Amino acid sequence: MHEISIKITINGKTYEKNIKPNLLLIDFLRDEIGLTGSHIGCDTSQCGACMVLHNDSGIKACSILVAQLNDKKITTIEHLQKNDVLHPMQEAFRNNHGLQCGFCTPGMIISAISLVKENNNPNEEEIRKYLEGNLCRCTGYQNIVKSIEEGANKMRELGDI
Amino acid sequence: MYQFNFHSPKNIDDAINIYNSCEDPKFLAGGMTLLASMKQRLIAPSDLIDLRAINNLSEIILNKNTIKIGALCSHYKIASNNIIASKINKMIKLASGIGDPAVRNMGTIGGSLANSDPAADWPAAILALKCNIITNNRSISSNEIFTNMFETCLDESEIITELDIEIPEFFNYVKFPNPASRYAIVGVAIAKYENKVSVAISGASHTPFIAKELSEALTLNFSNNIPLKTIPSDGLNQDIHATSEYRANLIDVLTKDALKAY
Repeated sequence: MHEISIKITINGKTYEKNIKPNLLLIDFLRDEIGLTGSHIGCDTSQCGACMVLHNDSGIKACSILVAQLNDKKITTIEHLQKNDVLHPMQEAFRNNHGLQCGFCTPGMIISAISLVKENNNPNEEEIRKYLEGNLCRCTGYQNIVKSIEEGANKMRELGDI
Repeated sequence: MYQFNFHSPKNIDDAINIYNSCEDPKFLAGGMTLLASMKQRLIAPSDLIDLRAINNLSEIILNKNTIKIGALCSHYKIASNNIIASKINKMIKLASGIGDPAVRNMGTIGGSLANSDPAADWPAAILALKCNIITNNRSISSNEIFTNMFETCLDESEIITELDIEIPEFFNYVKFPNPASRYAIVGVAIAKYENKVSVAISGASHTPFIAKELSEALTLNFSNNIPLKTIPSDGLNQDIHATSEYRANLIDVLTKDALKAY
């Protein structure tokens, strides 16, 4: 099978590479460029631990080929903090203990930001519905919902919507 | 996932030419079913032909009494579109009930129709609506497109480009979703036009189908007083999620639910 050349911008840095067409974005992130913040929790598109942002929308990096993202831009969990200051959504998860083991957290935070970009003032019901593609086996979701409420408020205050 | 070649044509003609020159190709839209199936090695196409670089396949346009929806519109795009919200409002609910937000950001309406999953939501809705499915070389009425489980009347190299939907007086779609996958265990779509009502069912059989007696009864009298048990449970799907009797009953229950919005 033929390798293809692609250009993809991840966290502001552009990569030009020859890749095999069957390379999934999550494997590219983790194995090829060492960004291991996005996790593989299920590999069947269900758990959301691998979520990344594409045009401010959350997508699952286990369910898209790098080949589909030629000339596209992706933001991962590693690029949310700026100058050693956490993103307001990260800060809110920290404040509200919105995690226990932390495995699902990168996906939860990406998903939460994707939600706020769609709906800048989500209520509890909307937050819970939006998390249907993110599984957490520790927290019972209570503190995750609280975190997202606070994170959404902060993002709104900062005009980051 | 097995190896394959990848193509990203810029127009429909190129896409079809590439298709015809490959051994066992597949067109790729959002990939929410296709890539998942390939990862599980259920299918192994020799070539993937990505349609997303083709322009003008993801617009939503209001004409006099029809809405055109480009085949590459994502479920999210449809769910957040003002034309859809004002003209076929309950389609918003349908589109926001598919999969999860990440699936809705990638998955497309054209892909869903071409895949013809009997438990998917769009096929039943499109079957109930007066809708023409426009492809690269013809227009297909929605009541002709679904021929069998995961099968349509589309030719191998035929590409859906848009849907042309006549705006109904009333539309609703209600489903009893599988709690894990959000696919319909049973879904009921109702579309009411001046002289015709159609009720289409997803999830219950090997293909979405029109509930004929329900449609006729509602055409004569559009009320919640529907004839019950018109769909025999014999032949309906039966699996770990629901028996065929349960599914037959759900058809009545969900039809009544869908009518409540009238």
